[in-house]
Amino acid sequence: MAQYETVIGLEVHVELKTESKIFCHSTTAFGGDPNTHVCPVCLGLPGVLPVVNKKVVEYAVRAALALNCAVASFSKFDRKNYYYPDMPKNYQISQYDLPIAQKGFLEVEVDGEARRINITRVHMEEDTGKLVHQGTITTTPYSLVDYNRAGVPLIEIVSEPEMRSPEEARAYLEKMKAIIQYTGVSDCKMEEGSLRCDANVSLRPAGSSGLGTKTEIKNMNSFKALQRALAYEIERQAEVLEEGGRIVQETRTWDEGKGVTLSMRSKEEAHDYRYLPDPDLAPLVIDGEWVEAVRKSLPELPDARKERYVRDYGLPGYDAGVLTNTRELADYFEDCLAGYGNPKTMSNWVMGDLSRLLNAKSMDIADCPVRPGQLAALLRLIDGGTISGKIAKGVFEEMFETGKDPEAIVKAKGLLQISDEGAIAAAVDEVIAKNPKSVADYRAGKEKAIGFLVGQVMKATRGKANPDLVNRLLKERL
Amino acid sequence: MQLFRLTAHELHDLLVKKEISAVELNEAIFKRTDAVEDKVRAFITPTRQEALARARLVDAKIAAGEPVHPLAGIPVAVKDNMCTKGVRTTAASKILYNFIPPYSATVVTRLEEAGAALVGKTNLDEFAMGSSTENSGFFPTRNPWDLDRVPGGSSGGSAAAVAAGECVIALGSDTGGSIRQPASFCGVVGIKPTYGAVSRYGLIAFASSLDQIGSFGRDVTDCALLLSAISGHDPLDSTSAHFGRQDYTKTLKDGVRGMKIGVPREYMAEGIDQGVREAVEGAMRQYESLGAVVEYTSLPHTEYALPTYYLIAPAEASSNLARYDGVRYGYRAPEVEDVVDMFMKTRSQGFGPEVKRRIMLGTFVLSAGYYDAYYLKALKVRTLIKEDFDRALEKYDVLLSPTSPTVAFRFGEKTGDPIQMYFSDLCTMSVNLAGVPGMSLPCGFVDGMPVGLQIVGRHFDEATMLRAACAFEQSTDYHKQFPGL
Repeated sequence: MAQYETVIGLEVHVELKTESKIFCHSTTAFGGDPNTHVCPVCLGLPGVLPVVNKKVVEYAVRAALALNCAVASFSKFDRKNYYYPDMPKNYQISQYDLPIAQKGFLEVEVDGEARRINITRVHMEEDTGKLVHQGTITTTPYSLVDYNRAGVPLIEIVSEPEMRSPEEARAYLEKMKAIIQYTGVSDCKMEEGSLRCDANVSLRPAGSSGLGTKTEIKNMNSFKALQRALAYEIERQAEVLEEGGRIVQETRTWDEGKGVTLSMRSKEEAHDYRYLPDPDLAPLVIDGEWVEAVRKSLPELPDARKERYVRDYGLPGYDAGVLTNTRELADYFEDCLAGYGNPKTMSNWVMGDLSRLLNAKSMDIADCPVRPGQLAALLRLIDGGTISGKIAKGVFEEMFETGKDPEAIVKAKGLLQISDEGAIAAAVDEVIAKNPKSVADYRAGKEKAIGFLVGQVMKATRGKANPDLVNRLLKERL
Repeated sequence: MQLFRLTAHELHDLLVKKEISAVELNEAIFKRTDAVEDKVRAFITPTRQEALARARLVDAKIAAGEPVHPLAGIPVAVKDNMCTKGVRTTAASKILYNFIPPYSATVVTRLEEAGAALVGKTNLDEFAMGSSTENSGFFPTRNPWDLDRVPGGSSGGSAAAVAAGECVIALGSDTGGSIRQPASFCGVVGIKPTYGAVSRYGLIAFASSLDQIGSFGRDVTDCALLLSAISGHDPLDSTSAHFGRQDYTKTLKDGVRGMKIGVPREYMAEGIDQGVREAVEGAMRQYESLGAVVEYTSLPHTEYALPTYYLIAPAEASSNLARYDGVRYGYRAPEVEDVVDMFMKTRSQGFGPEVKRRIMLGTFVLSAGYYDAYYLKALKVRTLIKEDFDRALEKYDVLLSPTSPTVAFRFGEKTGDPIQMYFSDLCTMSVNLAGVPGMSLPCGFVDGMPVGLQIVGRHFDEATMLRAACAFEQSTDYHKQFPGL
């Protein structure tokens, strides 16, 4: 394999979460009974006409600016003509030679090494409907079609063929997701179809500059699938080339179950889409001042926010990266810091206990039952010695379960840490009296025996004794 | 006086004076239709119940002393390529033989708001592709002046219905002459407004950058009234111009004294029938006697109009008609093996030969390797044609020409050679390419068949065009002629 280098380009489709579709007033809401989120326009009935949703253009520009693209001052829509039952008009309104934005980039980090991946273009287009087959597409006796999704606004983001490995491609897609999600124009969830990715893969002799024959890979429905599919395809192509064969330019589908890519070669030759400017839509004249206003309204983007966390909070790069992965999580974290002064401690709690509980319940941070102020209050209780760290974990689980304030839970369950020396001394004395063997072990030099004794004191005080005090008093009395 | 011979503005007077009722009027129209429709066959779907229901509403309003729109209660026919909610709309094609739209075209809604009574959907060349209505997927319509001759096309049904007294006014659509040419063949008035003046929402698309909906009537005033009722911006049509409802009747009677009228030489050359040319020359002299200045001028790129049109229109049509595939509505071929087979058989069986011809031509023109040489080139030549009009209309207020090179021809006379048929739109096509408004009104007879005079105006200056038309009309009595049906 050392003789070949990999060339990967990604085509990413992002569903924009405007209220209504790109060319009509129908709702873009996910779900719903089939063919209920439709109207004559998105059904392509005879006589209808498209009218562009201005919000879609705004969202596309937001995404393009966040990806460092140049926004066109003149753009237009074109018809891409081909026949398929999930496309009501048998043409898709898309953009061909004058897309809304071009020449952007984003930065990825793989194994500590940062690289810039360039973006060729961003354009707007309408989504198709969905086909439902009984079995597979080739064995089904009939298919049903649901047009709820037809006309949902998409942007297509095309990268330059500059990624060199499956890991880099995955990092690119993850960064793309974070950036777009920050702009608020899409949820970017692969599992819901609001983020989709196709890949173009080719190999070339190491060190050469031309491009080998590429294959297009489709049907990768998760970041992991993307990585696995690319790894498989690279190996497959390498084997073909090593045996002296030629790569067939074709579209291949990733089969998750079998872990392979399969040829989707159909009877048709390469599509001639017969693009023409859509005569039903006026060209878009984009005002530079409006673009600047959109640029100013962009939030702090992931890379900048991560840098700020490292710089201002002194957090390690890893922590900063995890916390700024989504805007919601970063906002939550900063809201917590409004009531608590130690970023690293808070980071540990958010990345640790909080994330664990959210994942266990498959919840998003947006649905978190614990408000930032409550988590901050909990950590203040620990710092103030009111409860021990260990007890706090239990309190946190209860907070997550009930949404109640930490103070209320501590009070109701009588969990106040015992810091009264006298009370602890009494318990310590009792434990020493009851455990002569451990005491003897410790006095004989077995340091670890104190752990057992500490545990006994904690047990006797139902976990509420201040552990530092217990340690100190035990050591004093042994 | 037979009610079906009166104009909408005359009838409106009678209605508000309560000398007749709207119901009476519509019933008189139905009676006339029953007498002649067997011969003319202007309608695909009559809608008498709907018309009477509306007539009753109008009568109630008038009885209550409420003001009503000039078109209230007036029997109007609508070309069957405009969607009417709940009423079958076929575009005269088998592929839409059973299509019932769940919505109405904007122009239909505006007519309803005005209180007009929709009496039926009229016949046309299939998907508006043709110049004689012989391409209808169902049956041909006959010219009321001579039943062996075509009414013109593609809005042949609407033109014939108005001429025969089967309605008072009608809507048509015009992509290359499809209102003006049948108006001229049937001796009625027909207007194609400036591109963008009337909403296309609900018009079954043929060529998006050329299609416009317009009006038919027995005189200029009626046409102007109908156009006023349907014009103005529609938020559902991105190509509709940003202005409000116009009153095109305001300056109708202002005369043509001092008006400068240009007659493009290219439109009076050989290829134009001798009798037609003489009628138009007569109109030119008539205009001079009315105080206008009439001169010959030139639109130098006229010879490229036909090829330019027949590249752009079919290209857009090939894309617009892709949706007719049997999946969602309309005809679906039985006994198919798979989806591709269904597409192919549905379209092969559902479309007529002229529609297929234009889809194939349009597909070719847009295909890889040919797009630049044909479609893109045609778009550029279109700009040159438009600039011809811009220059001429700087110098002249309106342009004058024959509407068609001939009077109505006989059935089957031109169906053998499609290109021969295309030539009947020679004088009208450029107007759509330039987007300017154009209209036809009767200016004489040849062998008993009406001759149409075309008047062309500046973009959004229908007022001047209509004023010129009205002056000529009122100084002659062609508009009072009626076929002896």
